[in-house]
Amino acid sequence: MTISRPEPSRGAGAKSAIEVFARRHRLRPMELLPWVIAIGVYFVFPDYLALGAQVLATTLFGLSADLVLGYAGIVTLGHAAFYGMGAYTAGYLAAHGVGAPVVGLVAAAAVAGLAGLLSGLVILRTQGLTLLMLTLVVCVMLQEAANKLTSITGGTDGLQGMEVSPVLGYFRFDLYGNTAYWYALAVLFLGWVFARTLVYSSFGRSLTGIRENVTRMHAIGTPVFSRLLIVYTISAAMAGVAGALIAETTQLVALNVLSVDLSGTILVMIILGGVGRLYGAFVGVPLYMIAQDRFSTIDPVYWYFWIGLLLVLIVSFARGGVLGLIDALLRRLRGSR
Amino acid sequence: MTTNAKFHGALAGALLSLVLLVPPALAQTEIKIGVISTLSGPTSQPGDEMNKGIDLYVKEHTKDLPAGVKVTLIYRDDTGANPDVAKRLAQELVTREHVNFLAGVVWSPNAAAIAPVATEAKIPFIIMNAAGAPITRLSPYIIRTSFTLWLVASPIGQWAAKQGWKKGYSAVSDYAPGYDAEGGFTTAFTKGGGTMVDKVRIPFPTPDYVPYIQKIKDSKPDVAFIFVPAGKDATAVMKAWNDLGLKQAGVTLVTTQDVMLDEELPNMGKVAEGIVSAGTYSNAATRASNQIFINAWQSAYGAGPIPDFMSVQGWDGMHAIFDVIKQTGGKFDGEQAMKILSNWKTDDSPRGPLAIDPATRDVIENVYIRRGEMVNGKLANVEFDTIPNVKDPWKEANPPK
Repeated sequence: MTISRPEPSRGAGAKSAIEVFARRHRLRPMELLPWVIAIGVYFVFPDYLALGAQVLATTLFGLSADLVLGYAGIVTLGHAAFYGMGAYTAGYLAAHGVGAPVVGLVAAAAVAGLAGLLSGLVILRTQGLTLLMLTLVVCVMLQEAANKLTSITGGTDGLQGMEVSPVLGYFRFDLYGNTAYWYALAVLFLGWVFARTLVYSSFGRSLTGIRENVTRMHAIGTPVFSRLLIVYTISAAMAGVAGALIAETTQLVALNVLSVDLSGTILVMIILGGVGRLYGAFVGVPLYMIAQDRFSTIDPVYWYFWIGLLLVLIVSFARGGVLGLIDALLRRLRGSR
Repeated sequence: MTTNAKFHGALAGALLSLVLLVPPALAQTEIKIGVISTLSGPTSQPGDEMNKGIDLYVKEHTKDLPAGVKVTLIYRDDTGANPDVAKRLAQELVTREHVNFLAGVVWSPNAAAIAPVATEAKIPFIIMNAAGAPITRLSPYIIRTSFTLWLVASPIGQWAAKQGWKKGYSAVSDYAPGYDAEGGFTTAFTKGGGTMVDKVRIPFPTPDYVPYIQKIKDSKPDVAFIFVPAGKDATAVMKAWNDLGLKQAGVTLVTTQDVMLDEELPNMGKVAEGIVSAGTYSNAATRASNQIFINAWQSAYGAGPIPDFMSVQGWDGMHAIFDVIKQTGGKFDGEQAMKILSNWKTDDSPRGPLAIDPATRDVIENVYIRRGEMVNGKLANVEFDTIPNVKDPWKEANPPK
């Protein structure tokens, strides 16, 4: 190898690669769009804030699911396990005198994260269908445990008697959902900053590497198992925070937060938006939930049909979800220019 | 479709009134009732029964409303036991639709989540099913026109003890309503002088009930109380009961109306003959008030759909709401409506006499002991004994702190 030989073209290439790497973290203006819309919604649709708050909390849940599914490639059908753990943690605390919402969130993150760590230690050693089945099993086992432990969870009647105090001691949860909306928006923003930093870090890149080619990542010496375990734990904690958000705004927790049904729905939502894209959840979750709300208001009995039709169309004609469709359109526009 | 049609109707009405320049004094008072029910998904059957009862009452009794008062029902779908959705729908009905009443609700956790909304908005909330015992305590704006499992299971325990049976056995599905049913039966049965041989909780869902029924046979009780969800589980229990010959072994099976659901009887067939259950309503009841209800039902829906206790709970809930409207001429606030609702009573519910207990705002009603019998070639729950004016025993045993 003659490294000393001057090679102008290669130098230029290296420079642009450095530039690309440096620019990767930079905030593009488009990335502010969700937040502008979210703030705009508050002023334009003041009657829809209760729904808005649920959309924001579910978006956080979607973001957490996308970290494991989209970035690390862990196909899970049991992510509601952590969402539910978070919801029950916040609910249990609020029903037993610890009503400060932020404390509930932190505790939920800790408990759900711990659950993620412990279950991850076992299930992440497997792959493919076995892994899928085990995530399902964790979720079902937790739901059955919650059904049995009625003294803690209230079973099918739900965990009642939550007394959630005002956010930061000042903002009471109101009937119109003002507090819930801003509270969920603030938590989602923090979650987004965290997730964005994570996926653009070298840690995040190594996850993508594991998703694309595990063998190669092993070969270059990446500690694959511990990387997966870390992201699984982080994602579980985030899902727990989302569950706690819903619990605190609803002031009741029931078994549906631990259902496999919910685990599947969240996957559908992020697939709708686009998997492994960070913003998939920001598109898919609102799209699904708003469509659901509109369809079920217009046609309270047969709305499932319309939402099914929407899903079929998107899955058939937009493989990468809505964001993938937008990408493809942009590419075509640029190509034809 | 209906909402759309209503919207167009309202639009046409608005245009018409503009054209005719109707003075505002003659404008209609609109009473809006927000009904939160389960309209879709695998568990929509009970919601459908309830909604049919609600619609039927409105259809039959709109003519009785004071002049110039119009009732509008606004249905919302909670899709099942989803308290977060139910609470949001209640918030939206209050803040966006400005409803005068909240009503409906199949699931207990959903009702519990809606309770604080009713309290904050000061809007009466008429629970037409949601049978979890403590729920009426969650808001002073709640009344309940349905039942609790304690209310239904205690009388059958009491009745079983009165038959001179000494040894009781309880087997219930392993979830909160099952625990309530078990509590109601065992408390009343032991109070009446019986002893419990065993109490078993069966995981749900269970593909095979034979081992559980065999275990009952082996413990040789006089009476076994079983509570499982209606439908295929109930039918499976009764089939196993017949196949293993427990009747011949001298054990009587007793249960509640949830297991001997009127609309499920045609699917159960002969196995359900002779089963004794406690219930607040059977569509085979011969009361005149029930005949009126059944006739109205059949002329509205034909012979296909079969009304059950859910339908009657919806019907009676609407009856209470209509009484508020009639007594106030359609002008009331939440406080005034609650004063009427918490003292509401009627003698002509399809269930017989019915009242709201002003102290607890929960229902007081007759519980009937019924037996599965063939009537005109069809299986029916035939009432043969009445335990009058039952209050929720759970509330009496657990006074508010």
